[in-house]
Amino acid sequence: MSYLRKVMAIVQKDVVAELRTKEMFSAMFVFAILTVVIFNFAFDLRVSGERVRQVAPGALWVAFAFSGVLGLNRAFVLEQDRGCLEGLLLAPVDHTAIYFGKMLSTLIFMLVVEALTLPVFTAFFGVNLFDGRLVLVVLLGTLGFAGVGTVLSAMTAQTRAREVLLPILLLPVAAPVLIAAVKATSGILDGLPMSELRLWMTLLVAFDVLFPAVAFITFDYVVKE
Amino acid sequence: MLTAASAVLILVALYLALAGAPEANLKSETGRFAQRIIYFHIATAWVGFLAFFVTFVAGAAYLRTQARKWDRVALASAEIGTVFMLGVLVSGSIWARPAWGVWWVWDERLTISLIQFLIYVGYLMLRSSVEDPSRRARFAAVYGVVAFASVPVNFVAIRLWRTQHPLVFGTESGGLSPNMMFAFFFCLSTFTIWYVTLMWHRIRLERMRDEVEELKQRLV
Repeated sequence: MSYLRKVMAIVQKDVVAELRTKEMFSAMFVFAILTVVIFNFAFDLRVSGERVRQVAPGALWVAFAFSGVLGLNRAFVLEQDRGCLEGLLLAPVDHTAIYFGKMLSTLIFMLVVEALTLPVFTAFFGVNLFDGRLVLVVLLGTLGFAGVGTVLSAMTAQTRAREVLLPILLLPVAAPVLIAAVKATSGILDGLPMSELRLWMTLLVAFDVLFPAVAFITFDYVVKE
Repeated sequence: MLTAASAVLILVALYLALAGAPEANLKSETGRFAQRIIYFHIATAWVGFLAFFVTFVAGAAYLRTQARKWDRVALASAEIGTVFMLGVLVSGSIWARPAWGVWWVWDERLTISLIQFLIYVGYLMLRSSVEDPSRRARFAAVYGVVAFASVPVNFVAIRLWRTQHPLVFGTESGGLSPNMMFAFFFCLSTFTIWYVTLMWHRIRLERMRDEVEELKQRLV
């Protein structure tokens, strides 16, 4: 089996398991919607009319990030609890294939949740988010988040604090993704031309390349005994 | 020896910073006093970031060699760095109040220092949450490497995001005069020596702890 087919086999396993239970997906989606609702409560008295557009990108990305943390947590805790991780590690595949497989399946779950959250967000906040460029920003931002999150999630799943620890380790490291994604989203909402967003897009791409590379080097140390 | 030397040097540094260095050419009286904090503030920041770099290097060395001593270095450096980073945030806040009129602004260097501090806290929390020593060392080293890789990206992102901090070098209004330079670099070296002293003590303590653990194992 080629490397790519091994990665895809892990992705397929995760997607099939998720389609059977829909456990993680439903939790992530409901949590994302709840975050959006909570933000509406939180901003209600102070922000109205035109100013909603100024806070919308931040609220959107906080919802994405939080539901992403939820999904990332489950990615390895599930494997750990049912002893599947040992099985995966015993399989004759390079350990980095497990990283990329896990990363891609988390990416898929996050993207599906985000695709469903966007229309709800548009309705609740009254801002139009249907812009082709936003798809690119969401894709790049989520990829960066999942890329670094997967390696940290593999680590925290094996610690005592588990779920509690992942956001604490992940959010400071993923801060550039959030900054760049929020800035790019604001730019799109303000109708800026693509040339003014190029800086933020470049930053997202740099992050998306750098962190899978770092994970590629270090992942072996995280899962080996 | 090293301990005594750092104690003396810190006293001299304190004198230089509070009285020895010439007064800054600033209009307000509080500004002239408050400005003296920079000697310690920047030196603290320097140690905070240096300690983080040492944690990263020691972590990478641990992953390569699996030698316990590198994990001790990484741990000692991370603990010291956390304290210094907190010192930077607090001393910066104390200065910002008279100089800018606020305790905190979301400026580039303040934000990066805060994120750095939070990364340190995460690093120590990760360590305290893993019992097996070799796994703890491995995880901590991996997080040290991942977090270190995020620093330049964070820096670029936050720099593009905003900046308000005074540049100490290279600008005319915020720059230091030659006499102030002496006090400044004296403080910088003193703090570095202080860092080495603390490292030495902390590594020694950790090594002794390991030995005690080993002796206990042998008795049982």
